[in-house]
Amino acid sequence: MMKTPTFLLSALTAMIVATPAWSMSEHPPRFSKVLVDQLELRDSDEGTVLGWDASAWYGGDLNKLYLSTEGERLMDPEHSDEDAGTESAQTRLAWSHAFAPYWDWQLGWRRDWQPDDPNRDWASLGIQGLAPYWFEVDGQLFLGEDGLSELRLEAEYELMLTQRLALVPEVEASFYGKDDDELGIGDGLVAIESGLRLRYEIRRELAPYIGVHWEKQYGDTADRTRAAGGDPEEASLVAGIYFWF
Amino acid sequence: MKTAHPFSLPRRRFVQGLALGATGLGLGLTPAQLLARQGHTGAPTLTGDTFHLTLGGADVNITGKTRPATTINGIVPGPTLRWREGDTVTLKVTNLLPETSSIHWHGLLLPFEMDGVPGLSFDGIKPGETFTYRFPVKQSGTYWYHSHSGFQEQTGLYGSIIIDPKTPEPHAVDRDQVIVLSDWSDEDPKHIFATLKKLSHYYNFNERTVFDTLRDFRHKGVIQTLKDRHMWNTMRMSDRDLSDVTGYTYTYLMNGQSPNGNWTCQFNPGERIRLRFINASAMTFFDIRIPGLDMTVIEMDGQPVKPVPFHEVRLGVAETLDVIVEPKADQAYTLFAQSIDRSGFARGTLTPNPSMSAPVPDMDPPPLLGHTEMGMSAMQHSDNHEGMDHGQMNHGQMNHDMAGMEHSDHGNAVPFAVDPNNPDLPPRDNATDHADSEYGPGVDMRAMAPGEMLADPGIGLRDRDWKVLTYADMETAGGPPDSLHPDREIVLHLTGNMSRYMWSFNGIPFADAVPLELYHNERVRITLVNDTMMTHPIHLHGLWSDLEVGDGKLLRKHTVTVKPGEKLSYLVRADTLGRWAYHCHLLYHMDAGMFREVRVVKAQVDGDHSHHGAHGEDA
Repeated sequence: MMKTPTFLLSALTAMIVATPAWSMSEHPPRFSKVLVDQLELRDSDEGTVLGWDASAWYGGDLNKLYLSTEGERLMDPEHSDEDAGTESAQTRLAWSHAFAPYWDWQLGWRRDWQPDDPNRDWASLGIQGLAPYWFEVDGQLFLGEDGLSELRLEAEYELMLTQRLALVPEVEASFYGKDDDELGIGDGLVAIESGLRLRYEIRRELAPYIGVHWEKQYGDTADRTRAAGGDPEEASLVAGIYFWF
Repeated sequence: MKTAHPFSLPRRRFVQGLALGATGLGLGLTPAQLLARQGHTGAPTLTGDTFHLTLGGADVNITGKTRPATTINGIVPGPTLRWREGDTVTLKVTNLLPETSSIHWHGLLLPFEMDGVPGLSFDGIKPGETFTYRFPVKQSGTYWYHSHSGFQEQTGLYGSIIIDPKTPEPHAVDRDQVIVLSDWSDEDPKHIFATLKKLSHYYNFNERTVFDTLRDFRHKGVIQTLKDRHMWNTMRMSDRDLSDVTGYTYTYLMNGQSPNGNWTCQFNPGERIRLRFINASAMTFFDIRIPGLDMTVIEMDGQPVKPVPFHEVRLGVAETLDVIVEPKADQAYTLFAQSIDRSGFARGTLTPNPSMSAPVPDMDPPPLLGHTEMGMSAMQHSDNHEGMDHGQMNHGQMNHDMAGMEHSDHGNAVPFAVDPNNPDLPPRDNATDHADSEYGPGVDMRAMAPGEMLADPGIGLRDRDWKVLTYADMETAGGPPDSLHPDREIVLHLTGNMSRYMWSFNGIPFADAVPLELYHNERVRITLVNDTMMTHPIHLHGLWSDLEVGDGKLLRKHTVTVKPGEKLSYLVRADTLGRWAYHCHLLYHMDAGMFREVRVVKAQVDGDHSHHGAHGEDA
């Protein structure tokens, strides 16, 4: 599991440190986790969409390198004028530091990618953790080019129905501080996404699920979408797989 | 709540699991032949004063899958070593494993260089090397030995030690039997540890579901249920969190045999039998009983105690307990040892005839953690949850209700240890005060009103209608083996963050801690306060832990189990110089940081530390 460079680095550290640590930990304890929270097919108006939401970390108890990615890819367009391909993808790389028993703050960088429109880079500052009543919470403030800013708040809950069957509601809201005309986003509340997924843990680290995904735009953003001939609200059935290692 | 029946357990745990160990398998012996050959011990007994032990690897099949194990002389558990008090023993340990190894002689008084802890006692035994341990045997009783390297203990590097006393054995018996309890996993222990770091409740398949809450609504009413849940939910704690690693991955072994292997000891009715229980598991507390048979304790942790009859006992990891049983009837008895979380059990049979066996009891329903485990004190069952301290830094909110009891057993107050170089030891007014280092990401709760709980049988055993042995029932035979009056007191809080799987003393993991210094020959009281919701077996190497059990009585131990919400004290005579390990004996807690080095150093004659012990003639 230990990668060779890390091992060498650890060995080097061990040599430098004067007192040999008790050998139960010959290396500084570092771990990694890759979590694919959502990898799913959505039955959307435009056709079948592949949606994903995944994260990974590497590090010790208090400091971790954190990577997350989410996006959508149109697999099978309903209309012949649309091409299959990635519609949007966001990736965030952050340093995650535990500052309280259940909370980490995160400082990082986010890149948005979309096929025809300009990509966006953002600095990100946020907190992630477990709120009272077991809500998994993620709040991130993004500061982008040209004075763009976004606040994104997410919450997720796992309601255990049995030892292996869990109902997982989640909600995510996005607010912009300023219009992004190129991408057709207005300031204020931009959109709320929510989902309800029923997951069966074949093992703790492997669970297929089914559910619904719902997205609605608000305010200026919704108007702009309507003006461009789009639908600011969409609900879809989803089926996917949750796994981690 | 469903009562788990043994045969509703996953089938894989009940297949195979016969003769464990390369020798038995290799020779193709049946279990009965193996037992005959090994004289009922499950592992061969080696006697004398010079021993050769070889640490190696072998494939074993406990669950139906062939998995690699670490072995001593080719077997799991390793051979029983039988020594004589007063001898000087020589143990040549050859390491054939591809990694550094070691053997620690658990509970033995010896020069610290012989203690077998890599990094403290020595450098460990490198692959291909032989290390010679040599030390005088200054005690008698039942002990054990195990690797102190990596997770080798989990994969089989453990065995038992019997030391016959110089003076005639006070308890004459017809049969003398070691019973080694352990936990086996087909998983690589490194993988178990990493899994706990990624998802700490991974192995818990007794989690609260929405249906439990609905049932509570029916039984307790909606308001009361919501009130009760409020405390747990705001703390983000689970009342189902009894064991980190459970029967989901573990198969519990008795002398190396899985439950369906049914390790068997044959006896003749009317015999007086001494059973030497050793909990050699990595992570499992066992609740041991023999339905239909009374047990009488005669020794704990190798040290003689005044005999007490009882029916059931919770044996902490690394503890040993010697009992006498006298089965009169011509019938078989089941030795039943269920895990504290009721996720599995080890089992064996005492029988006059190998063809007879006794019914295996059902496991109890898994108990729920309560106010006591939250450190709200066993004596404070109020609905006032405001006293809980979770997250807010309420140093001022400390509960001093217990102050009156603080020293009820202790006589005069003792100065708390002060060492400006050790953040572990800030001056404190009260043992239940929390150090500043306990307020950080590594500590998810602090007991507000820890109680004296020595007479508490512990969670899941409180409602028995039979006698459950507790520390409060026991006392070292012959009265206190050393002074009742400490020179100073050291307070350590057992701390952790379950969801991050971080464990520590006083919120400081081993990697960040400075050694605790004791002065040669001083008598120190160590007070432990358990600020977690788990039970921790705390083991001090090389020096006795004389547990203060009340009324001026001491119980001499090497490993002291501290229940959630409990505060207890023991006295330590720092009579052997050197560097000693001091840690939680739950293997993954130790590795996660619940570990300290204790250094016994020469006292400074004209420093601040002029308070070395009255017995410090050579200090």
